[in-house]
Amino acid sequence: MHFLKLILRNTLRHKLRTGLTILGIIVAIVAFGLLRTVVDAWYSGAEGSSETRLVTRNAISLVFHLPIKYQDRIKKLRGVTEVTHASWFGGVYITEKNFFPQFAIDAKTYFDVYSEYIIPPKELTAFTTDRKGCVIGRKLADVYGLKIGDTVPIRGTIYPGTWKFNVRAIYDGAEAKTDTSQFFFHWDYLNESRKRVIARSARTTDWVGVYAINISEPSRASEISGEVDKLFKNSLAETRTETEKAFQLGFVSMTEAIVVAIRIVSYVVILIILAVMANTMAMTARERTSEYATLKALGFSHHFISGLIYGESMIIAFLGTLIGILLTFPVAAMFSAKVGTLFPVFGVSLETIYMQAIAALLIGITAAVIPAFRSAQVPIVEGLRSIG
Amino acid sequence: MENSSEPIVHIKHLTKSYHRGEQTVPVLTDITFDIPTGEFIALMGPSGSGKSTLLNLIAGIDKPDSGTLKVGGTDIALLSEGELADWRAANIGFIFQFYNLMPVLTAFENVELPLLLTPLSFKERQERVELALAMVGLSDRMEHYPSELSGGQQQRVAIARAFISDPVILVADEPTGDLDRTAAEEILAILDRLNKEMEKTIIMVTHDPHAAKTAHLIRHLEKGELDVEN
Repeated sequence: MHFLKLILRNTLRHKLRTGLTILGIIVAIVAFGLLRTVVDAWYSGAEGSSETRLVTRNAISLVFHLPIKYQDRIKKLRGVTEVTHASWFGGVYITEKNFFPQFAIDAKTYFDVYSEYIIPPKELTAFTTDRKGCVIGRKLADVYGLKIGDTVPIRGTIYPGTWKFNVRAIYDGAEAKTDTSQFFFHWDYLNESRKRVIARSARTTDWVGVYAINISEPSRASEISGEVDKLFKNSLAETRTETEKAFQLGFVSMTEAIVVAIRIVSYVVILIILAVMANTMAMTARERTSEYATLKALGFSHHFISGLIYGESMIIAFLGTLIGILLTFPVAAMFSAKVGTLFPVFGVSLETIYMQAIAALLIGITAAVIPAFRSAQVPIVEGLRSIG
Repeated sequence: MENSSEPIVHIKHLTKSYHRGEQTVPVLTDITFDIPTGEFIALMGPSGSGKSTLLNLIAGIDKPDSGTLKVGGTDIALLSEGELADWRAANIGFIFQFYNLMPVLTAFENVELPLLLTPLSFKERQERVELALAMVGLSDRMEHYPSELSGGQQQRVAIARAFISDPVILVADEPTGDLDRTAAEEILAILDRLNKEMEKTIIMVTHDPHAAKTAHLIRHLEKGELDVEN
């Protein structure tokens, strides 16, 4: 009790210094949490992927498409329960700043394969019966204020012209990590329009971007992938099939350097505040050398002196981290609102909070190691001579 | 601890030197003397004569280079750091020139500090602290922090802290050195009472001949060597 009282009162002794140190820790912990959340957001596509889904793309590159006729052949394979397809549209909504992914999909099968996109049955029917209809995610609807019945003009960058779509359905995610910033419309609409524009150009119509394959047993993912690719070996468009997670991680690996840089910066932030905190504790311990010597003269042990310093360091680190963790949530929400749909899934994870807490523990203990050791080792006579 | 027929402090051929880089500075040279139990002794001498070093050695906060140093029959030079800490807590009360109170603790809490190392309950500690502060005339200042007390009052708190755990010896290093004449007189009067009424052995280092007169025995140190004077 007296031990805690002494620690608490020592902590509040230099209010400005303690306050500034706590402020520094708050900033560091918020920055660390935010950077970790950005990294998590980068991996959210892979994290949100299904174990029972495979993705088949052109073996050469994603830029090259696959014939629509592959769909029926893939579906006949043992273990495949459903096959759908999606094609990247890459359009612009009003300005380039308003980025969100748009896909031309197979309306009949897509939402069976992607069952995590929850659509009210009435809205789904409205979408399937309107060839110019589109389905948008809840986040997209919220960010741009879109609602059912609205017309959304998208300027094509790959497919020229301004394409107008009617919002027929808004989907929600089955889980928090489900991406609700996407825009889906009928592949038939895209394909037929292309046919009209580029008449008799078989090479640019009846092709799709990727196939998404639902399988019944995740343990057979590798086997089925091999069977799909074998099916189209030596064809005009050979395929490469992999799990959805591997497919998504392929995208992340393209920007790996950025992710690594963000990770490094997040650790550097912690190192900087660790140095600041260690300096604070060193100053504090140096100022109290005479007091610690007095306590030792009275019969208090070295461990007691070390405990006072560790305790003070831990309290400062704990307060800074607690406030920092609490502030991470609104700061992350503000950041997410600012970047719009750039990060489809942006939320502070439990793992990030654990890491913030571990960082606090690290700061609290490490900052006190040297001051505590030195204070415990200073001979009493020498300590009594020092001027605090 | 002590046997009244034996001296409370027995020192024989004690030497102590400090090292400054490669240089060795002798501070105490072949000191031999005894302090009887219940004595009030003043150690005097010019700066650098080694009187504070001798006091520190007797109090167990420094170690001699050679010689015998028995306090209450215990050869404290042979004790480990941990044993010495326990020994000091049980046997020595410290009074410093600049009081050395914990600024974040009240007068009550400062006096209570040595009792935290004993198995006494809070109620027992409370009774003892209140009694000790009453003895030094600070019953009405128990909840005051050191910064709210005068120098003389702070030294009285320090004296209460020194005798609260009922040690055998009180060591006082220039206890009036930072006080005005009136406050110094009050402190010396309290020390005299502790010696006479509570039979505490008091070893006091002082520059002040007037303060030294309160003691029953005065010893002079000169360049690390002890001289005898009445």
